[in-house]
Parts: sequence; C-alpha cells; structure tokens
Amino acid sequence: MANFYTDNENLRLQLDHPLMERIVKMKEEDYSFAKTEPIAPLNFEDAMDTYDKVLEVVGDICGEVIGPNAESVDQEGARVENGRVVYAKGTQENLKALTDAKLFGMSLPYKYGGLNLSMVPYVMSAELVSRADGGFANIWGLQDCAETIKEFASEEIKDEFLPRINQGATCSMDLTEPDAGSDLQAVQLKATWDEPNQVWRLNGVKRFITNGDADIKLVLARSEEGTKDGRGLSYFVYDKVDQGVTVRRVENKMGIKGSPTCELVFKNAPAKLVGSRRLGLIKYVMSLMNGARLGVGAQSVGISEAAYREAYKYATEREQFGKAIIHFPAVYELIQNMKAKIDASRSILYETARAVDMYKLIEEIGKTRTLTPEERAEMKHYTRIADALTPMLKLFSSEYCNQVCYDAIQVHGGTGFMKDFPVERMYRDARITSIYEGTSQLQVVAAIAAVIKNTYSDMIADYAAQPVTPEFESLKADLVRMAEEYEEARKIVTDMESNEALDFLARRLVEMAGHVVMTYILMLDAIRAGEKAPDLKRSAFTYHKMVRATHQAHFSYIKDFKVEDLDEYRQI
Amino acid sequence: MEKIKILVLAKQVPDTRNVGKDAMKDDGTVNRGALPAIYNPDDLNALEMALEAKDRLGNAEVYVLTMGPTRAAEIIRESIYRGADEGYLLTDRKFAGSDTLATSYAISKAVKKIDPDLIFCGLQAIDGDTAQVGPQTAEKVDFPQITYVEKLVEISPTQITLKRRLERGVETVVAPLPALITVHGSANPCRARNVKRVMQYKHARTLTELKEENRENSELFKDRPYLKIEEWSVDTIQADDTHLGLSGSPTKVKTIDSVVLAQKENIVLTSSDADVEELMVDLLKSRVIG
Repeated sequence: MANFYTDNENLRLQLDHPLMERIVKMKEEDYSFAKTEPIAPLNFEDAMDTYDKVLEVVGDICGEVIGPNAESVDQEGARVENGRVVYAKGTQENLKALTDAKLFGMSLPYKYGGLNLSMVPYVMSAELVSRADGGFANIWGLQDCAETIKEFASEEIKDEFLPRINQGATCSMDLTEPDAGSDLQAVQLKATWDEPNQVWRLNGVKRFITNGDADIKLVLARSEEGTKDGRGLSYFVYDKVDQGVTVRRVENKMGIKGSPTCELVFKNAPAKLVGSRRLGLIKYVMSLMNGARLGVGAQSVGISEAAYREAYKYATEREQFGKAIIHFPAVYELIQNMKAKIDASRSILYETARAVDMYKLIEEIGKTRTLTPEERAEMKHYTRIADALTPMLKLFSSEYCNQVCYDAIQVHGGTGFMKDFPVERMYRDARITSIYEGTSQLQVVAAIAAVIKNTYSDMIADYAAQPVTPEFESLKADLVRMAEEYEEARKIVTDMESNEALDFLARRLVEMAGHVVMTYILMLDAIRAGEKAPDLKRSAFTYHKMVRATHQAHFSYIKDFKVEDLDEYRQI
Repeated sequence: MEKIKILVLAKQVPDTRNVGKDAMKDDGTVNRGALPAIYNPDDLNALEMALEAKDRLGNAEVYVLTMGPTRAAEIIRESIYRGADEGYLLTDRKFAGSDTLATSYAISKAVKKIDPDLIFCGLQAIDGDTAQVGPQTAEKVDFPQITYVEKLVEISPTQITLKRRLERGVETVVAPLPALITVHGSANPCRARNVKRVMQYKHARTLTELKEENRENSELFKDRPYLKIEEWSVDTIQADDTHLGLSGSPTKVKTIDSVVLAQKENIVLTSSDADVEELMVDLLKSRVIG
C-alpha cells in the first residue's frame, strides 16, 4: 500500500517546526472552535494529530489512486466536446476520490464546510498530489480561488460559493488573454453592468485558462470603459450553472496533459463583482498570484521528488560493468545533487508557507480587534518575508524541478528517453513550472525588489544570528563569506547607476541571495532534524558545495561587468 | 419508513501479506506481535459494497460488527472513517480459542441482537483462509446466503441483485432480503477515509480503551456520546458458554508444520528420442496433453 506521506520522513519534520504551535493556535482561534465544531481540534497536540491523519489520507489517495492513474491520464488527456471539457477517465476517478474524502477546501474555515487547516499541511498536500501527478495538481490546487473569495468577496458571495468547494466544486482563475500574458494590464474582456437584471455581463475571449470549464470561475475583466491599464480592471465570480461561457478548444500541450488548458468564449456571461471595482488586478489578482506561486513551488517539489525516486530506484537496480550504476561517482553525484536541490526547495517551500500563515492569521485577528503594536510589527515582518521568499521559491524550485527531471532521464540513459518509464512524462510535466504563474524572468523582477530593499540582507542577518551545532560551524562561516560577496555584488551593481544594468544582472543578484538564504534554511532544518533525518545533513553540505561554485561564478561575472558591455548583447 | 439496517462483519487480522523472518514462532504458530494488525482485505471490499448499498437505498444505515481483543476497536474506527454509521466490538475472554463454529455461534447471537436486513462480509480472512464464518453465520440466523459476490447490481428494500465470481464465469442472482453476502476480493476496493469523519471520530473509544488511557471521566465523552464504541460481552449477546472458546470448538489443531517450499530439481532434456519419449509419457500421464 503506497502512501506518499508516510514514506517521507522529511515531511513530518516540517510539521514539527516550532512556529507551528503559534500558527495552529491562531488558526483555531485558541481552540475555541472545538466547543461547537465536532471536527475541530481540542488543543495543539490534537491539531497535530489531525494534520497527521489528514495527510495520511492524502498520501494514501496519492499512492493508491492518483499516482497509478497518472500514465493513462497523460495518454488520454482532456478533450472538448460540445463546448465542454471532458476529463480523462483517471482524472474523473481522482476527483471523485478526493471529493469523497472531503479534501477540497482544506484551508477554508469550518463555517464554509472547510477543514480550517493551516497553509503548511495544505501546501504539503499539494506537494503530495504533485508527486502523484503534476498535471492533476492544477485541477485540485485551484481550490486556492476559494481563498481569494474568502478574503475579498462580500458575505453574500461567500455564502453562495464557499460551501460548494468542500462538496467538490472545481475552480479556475481566468486571467490570460491572447494579448495579455505576462502583461495583465492589457486585459480586454469586457464587463458591463446589466441594469434591468442587476448583474454584470462578461464578453470576450480568454486563453490558456487552466481547468477553464470549472464550476466556479474568477475572471479578470475591464469594467471601466475607456481605460487602458490595470486600474480599469475588476474581478468577477462566475457560476457555471448560469451558462454563457463555452470552451472553444483545449490546447495540445507538451506536458501536464490531464490538466485542460482552455480557450474560452464569454457571451453575455452573468457574473458578480468580487470586492471593489478597479482593484481587480492591482489588489486581488496579486494576492491570488502569490498563492498560486506558492502552489507551483509545491508542484515543483512534488514532481522533483517523484523523478528523484525513479532515478534512485533505477540507479540501484541497473547494473553495468558488474555493479549497480549508483556506485559510479558520475552517477552518485547526479543523484545526490538532485536530492540536495529537492531538500533545499522543500525547506524554502515550508518556510514560505509558515510566513504566509503567520501574516495572514495576524491579519485575520486584525479584522476582529485592534492589533497591538507588537502584532502589527510581526505582521509586517512576515508579510515582508513572504513577499521576498515567494518569488525566490518559485524561481529556484521550478528551475531545479527541470534540472532534476533532466538528470533523472540522464540516470536512466537511453531507457529514460523511452515512454516505458515515467521520468519521460515528469520531464515534460516539469517544463511548465518555470513558465506559468509568472516566468522565472518575472520572478526575478519580483525578487529584485527584495534585493534592493534589503529584505534578503535582513533575513540573512536573522538566520546568521541562530546558533549552529559544531559540525556546521565551518559551513556557516562560509555562508557569512558568501553573504559578504552578495553585499559586495549588490553594491557594485547599484554603483553602476544604470537601470538596464540592474535588470541585466538582476537574476545573478537574486540567485546569489538565494544561495545564501536557501542554504541557511536547509542547514537550520538539518540541525533541527538531527539524527531523525541524516539525509538532510548530507543535503546541506552538498547543496552548499554546489551553490558556492555558482555563487563564485556570478560574483566574478558581476565584478568584471561594465555597463558598456550591454552593447554586446543588445541586438536591436 | 424504517431504515434498512446493513451489517458488515469485519475482522482484524495479522498482515500475512508482508511476512518477515520472525512471522512464525518456533512452535509453528503465528507470531501476531511481529505482524501489524490490519483490516482483513476482503472485509474492506464488503464494507465498500455495504456503503454502495446504502448510497443507493438512501434510507439505510451501515453497522459494523467485529470480534476480537480490545485493540480490534481500531476496525470500528476505520469503518466509521470510511463511512459506516456505528460499530460493535464483541469482546470477551471466553471467546478466546474459538474455531469457526464457535465464532459463527457468537456472531450469530450478536446478529440476532442487531437484527439487520442485510449482512455483508469478506469471503475469507487472510489469517485462517477458511471462508466458513460467513456461511455458518447465515445458517445460524437462517438467512439465504450468496457467496463469492463481485458486484452489487441492484438493490431495493425487499431484494438484491448480485454478480457472483465463479471459477467458470459470472453468475447474476437475485435474493430476497434479509440475506447474507460474502464478498470476493475482486469487488470494488473500499473508498478512502473521509477526512471530516476522521476528524470527528478519531477519539471514538470503547469503555475498556478509555480505562486503559485513564480517560473514563473525560468531559469530551460526556459531551459527545457518539464517540462511544459499544462493547459487547458473552452476557450482552446471551450466549451459552459451552458453545464458545475451546470447549465450543470441535476443531483441534494437532500439529503445525512449518513447510518450506523448495524449488524442485530441474529436468534437463535433450532432443534425443529417449528424452522426447519420456517427456511425452509424462505429459500424457499427467493429462497435460491427450
């Protein structure tokens, strides 16, 4: 009986993080829900027991249903019939299993039928589902949309839509259009107020919409006639039962084939306004986007974990020259580096999830009473960390996911190039992670703000202030040195006083910050785990060796760079 | 209208599918301590069929009955997590050593107390593999029995249509209710746990378990009576002691041999006439050909 949760000790370790006690206490409002809610935990221990048991169910369904279905789902794909999406048979089974198990609306409050789980176990579930089937993770993960409705919509809309999530209603977020991809300010889908019917009407075309035929859709549309930029956009919720949206086609993709990517036509589709007009893009979508990026982080870690396990298994079973290939340095280096990248990605994934939990929960408290100055400062602190870690997580984990899958095929040799082994599918599924919900290049744009505003520098100082065990002292000393190089590189680039040079060198700067931040988080996790997870210790040391080399290359590149060099690259 | 009562008979068994080196004691008996206790696999198929019957009938409830030591209450909890409404644990020292006849006697007494309209049980348990308890119970409570069932085709409050998996094919049968059905392992696998039920019932305990955990006075169980798992003894089901345990069991295990299956010696054949002739004779004799 495969269980993707119980077979991975490193997951439980993240649940054991000391910050969890505060997070769960806030989430459960000091365990006051237990008085009226039969499913609410009685205290912290009870809550952690619940988290453990819920994740065990997720792990079971992933190992027994979703994972085994992944191959047939990839082959069958989703298709469109009479303007509606038809999921692959395996996808339908997956949805039924998760709906029956009540695993939708995991983080929604009890009063909307949710499980009221903190971000940490929710993100962990996303990791598990992604390990089972990277494409299916999108369909399941779009329950994120419920968070946006919960945060910004009116009570009336919340009461109408949120209770349906736990019953298995699927969601989509409809942002992209043929001429509005990375630049969402260009969105043209028109929203007009229908006075006689007291409802908004949506008209236009959306493209590349994941799970576009969902039951509940959040749609970004231009409600202010004559406007051209983001300030004219509002956010709407559309109910499939009202009709008015048809699926024109489902894209034929390289990977994540089970996840239908739709082109949609809106014809007088009735919709309701979420929150206030004109705040659609600048406030609500940005909030949704951060959640989605965290989701892609989880997806990247999940797909990487799956590919790594396949590679490890193959390398221990396949014999050449009289021994298993894992005994050759060229192979065991590949395998260990894959593992180090995954462990580092997982560490930053849950560090981000905790930061999101912290600021959102304090924010939630702020809705019921005035926050104390300490609480306000703490909220600001964690918001800042979450905003800085999210693009870093998305950038690194998705790039690593691609590298890990690439190497997983390499370990398999020619066999890995064949469709007979699942690494080929994972390699294709991985490719989108560094593209959607903001390309790696756009993550750099988001992250460079944290470079300039000293956020990473402050975080590094905080991490450096934490004590380490003797065996990690030399590693830490080198991290201090790497941090100095990062600061020096930052200064060199700022001194160039050229925005173009800053943009050009931004990725190197962000990566330099990332090397230090991520090695710190991984090392601190390894110290916390101690003997429970000796593999984390090995990952911390090998990850450090790997990124130190890249760090030096970046540093040397930046040191040698002149603003005039840009001319050599500009083609037009 | 009164609810249709569906009962599932389930057993906690040692996981004999994952047998390690220490699975058997020196005297040849099963070392239960070394094997994890699990829900008997066929019984999970039976639970699923019972839940499917409930889903289709709407107006029905699923009960689970299990017999075993205190820790067998885990079977009740697991059943509730997956959708069963309630459970009973039949537990008493006097049941110890019962063979299938004594077991089915005890179960039949409990069944009479529950008074179900329909009973589902696994075809057989992986510890004894007798496949006797289901049919014996049916006889004792005087229910028609349908064995080797693979699929629930149709159900109404008065009759049930089922597909049986037989050696030579599939048979569709109709039976009036009440009836006892033994479910084959090829039937639908059991649905996963419902996490909301896990969250709600994870504290469910029998009184003995509460005492063991020193929680018998806990407020939680006073406030939430649904957390109590019924525990039935010999007295509760008004059974006759002499039909139970070793005294009620005509099956006596004389000896147990630890059989190690070894690969037999290979026969090396050449294409010589003598070898071919010998093989032909062998194959004819064993009726593989001819």
